[in-house]
Amino acid sequence: MKQANFSKLALKALLVRLRNPLNMSNENTLLSIKDLHASVEEKNILKGLNLDIKPGEVHAIMGPNGAGKSTTGYVLSGRDGYEVDSGSATLDGEDLLEMEVEDRARAGLFLAFQYPVEIPGVSNLEFLKVAVDAQREARGEEALTSAEFLKIAKEACKQVNLPVSFLKRGVNEGFSGGEKKRNEIMQMILLQPKLCILDETDSGLDIDAMQVVANGVNSQRSPERSFIVVTHYQRLLDYIKPDFVHVLADGKIVKSGDASLAKELEAQGYSWLQAEPTEDELED
Amino acid sequence: MTEQIDKALAREYEAGFVSAVESETFEPGLDEDVIRRISEVKGEPEWMLEWRLNAFRVWQEMEEPDWAHVSYPKIDYQAVSYYSAPKSMKDKPKSLDEVDPELLRTYEKLGIPLVEQQMLAGVAVDAVFDSVSVVTTFREKLEEAGVIFCPISEALHKYPDLVKKYIGSVVPTKDNYFAALNCAVFTDGSFVYIPKGTRCPMELSTYFRINEQNTGQFERTLIIADEGSYVSYLEGCTAPQRDENQLHAAVVELVALDDAEIKYSTVQNWYPGDEEGKGGIYNFVTKRGVCHTNAKISWTQVETGSAVTWKYPSCVLKGDNSVGEFYSVALTRGRQQADTGTKMIHIGKNTKSTIISKGISAGKSNNSYRGLVRMNPGAEGARNFTQCDSLLIGDQCGAHTFPYVESRNPSAIVEHEATTSKVSDDQMFLCRQRGVDPEKAVSMIVNGFCKEVFKELPMEFAVEAGKLLEISLEGSVG
Repeated sequence: MKQANFSKLALKALLVRLRNPLNMSNENTLLSIKDLHASVEEKNILKGLNLDIKPGEVHAIMGPNGAGKSTTGYVLSGRDGYEVDSGSATLDGEDLLEMEVEDRARAGLFLAFQYPVEIPGVSNLEFLKVAVDAQREARGEEALTSAEFLKIAKEACKQVNLPVSFLKRGVNEGFSGGEKKRNEIMQMILLQPKLCILDETDSGLDIDAMQVVANGVNSQRSPERSFIVVTHYQRLLDYIKPDFVHVLADGKIVKSGDASLAKELEAQGYSWLQAEPTEDELED
Repeated sequence: MTEQIDKALAREYEAGFVSAVESETFEPGLDEDVIRRISEVKGEPEWMLEWRLNAFRVWQEMEEPDWAHVSYPKIDYQAVSYYSAPKSMKDKPKSLDEVDPELLRTYEKLGIPLVEQQMLAGVAVDAVFDSVSVVTTFREKLEEAGVIFCPISEALHKYPDLVKKYIGSVVPTKDNYFAALNCAVFTDGSFVYIPKGTRCPMELSTYFRINEQNTGQFERTLIIADEGSYVSYLEGCTAPQRDENQLHAAVVELVALDDAEIKYSTVQNWYPGDEEGKGGIYNFVTKRGVCHTNAKISWTQVETGSAVTWKYPSCVLKGDNSVGEFYSVALTRGRQQADTGTKMIHIGKNTKSTIISKGISAGKSNNSYRGLVRMNPGAEGARNFTQCDSLLIGDQCGAHTFPYVESRNPSAIVEHEATTSKVSDDQMFLCRQRGVDPEKAVSMIVNGFCKEVFKELPMEFAVEAGKLLEISLEGSVG
């Protein structure tokens, strides 16, 4: 059984490479997580996470509540309060865990938030320009003029079906749930990251909004860009087709497979995959 | 995050240098003789001296107010020098060429070039250095429009009737302790008169600079907008970095006659003292305007400096349909204390007032809003709207709101909204995750918070205010 699974994965990887045979960088791993342990408020959440992602791949991480799905995104992006206890994570060979939050972003890591926060009075346009300028500056590129930026920002609005007037509104100020999520995808489109982590981007979305979000993501799929799609439900994966599906339970990946694994999970739930409780947890 | 903010707030005060200008300064101390000498140096008419002496007697009977939410050691009024002027000003220069180059350099360093060709187009400046006005630019152009813009000491000679009629008419001598002191010892300030039906052709502005040690600055500004006229006026303030506290007790009086409009903006950046609260300016200021029928007065202030601020720019809405506005951003950090707000006194029918106050506290500072809205019995149909927002940066600062509402007319409507928020970790994380460095993130969030007020400032100054805020917050995280 295990054997069969591995060969399936190898085939999948081969297929990904076949799609883009000339890009040598595909031989490299974009994100490499090794035996990562992390805790929040002294509670161990990640307990030996391993994951390798190559350029162009889309990985879905599914799993029950409290398994550490959102924590994975926060630890990788360096949020305060998420302590790495051991293990490593590299992006393009660089030690991610040693970098400041903003440097990880500039290195190409993007996190689409589950609950995007409001910044009253700061217009979306201003916020986006400041972010794009900061990242361009870090890459040694010149800042865009306001006119140039406005042009690409308008284009990005169109791609996620938001009216251009959204650029003038305060960041997420008074946005509906769906608008906030589309706004996240718009930021992703403008920032052109290497690795996008979508943290339960489907939560609270109706089918129409989910389709818009999925289209936005799909339009950004490319041989150079990888995705981690964190979701509780299989339905988002009907729209964003993953190359790999991982089940995260109790802080580590307990099962990996292709898109069909998501279907299986939908039918059977997660309980059959849950790891045995540890002694620590029994004491809790 | 608090640690990062503390580190950030330990930035340098950019206007903290001292100019090497030779000065003529009175010995510290205050008695009737000192007041006579001030009046004599200024060559004032007899009635002005009498007015000052009367104020001094009134002041001696009064007690320093202690109701504000600030604390500071008792001020020794005898240790302050009440007059200081650059020596080169003895024979007042007639043009810029005659002004001491060191003085010009001082203002240039502060970003206020007084050489007209280099100035912002369309802004006339009066520069007040310690106790005297150094130079007033664009005077001829203003005179063509009939606008008077000159030091108040000069106005006393040239336009004594106007000064006599209006000085003390809005802020009476007895108004409060600091106002009474100002009446007795004020040295200079700006005087503005806009004739009937005239729209002042340019922005007017005064830059106040305290340079000399142990000197108080007591300036007095009087602006009269005659019927149907309009003027926009801006004042800016800075002082060198010194270990001693320095006293600044100014009085500003605005008179908006029927159908006139005055827009008064302040960007205050007096030296705030160091991280431990040593040094800094005590900013005890009385500002008030009176609106006649259909007139409008709009106060906009951006307050980032001073160790202690005690300031309530107010409007007396005397005439029917008159309008008063107060837009304020007050930023405190380090050990700064600010107790600021406004008073809107509705006397006329259908008078309207709007108060938008944004307080930002960081470090170990305390920031209080104190506002009074009074609806007099005759204020039929009067309306007020107050919005008072506080933003906290870090967890060792304080924000306080003291609203007073007195309504004696049942048809009057008073609305008050207040919010307190924090620069949240979520907001910081969002900005940083998008690649924005923490300092820029804080300044962007704070600027967003202040947007409603900044849009009230004249355009050039809105940019300046935004930058000032950015500098004030520099290193506030990192």
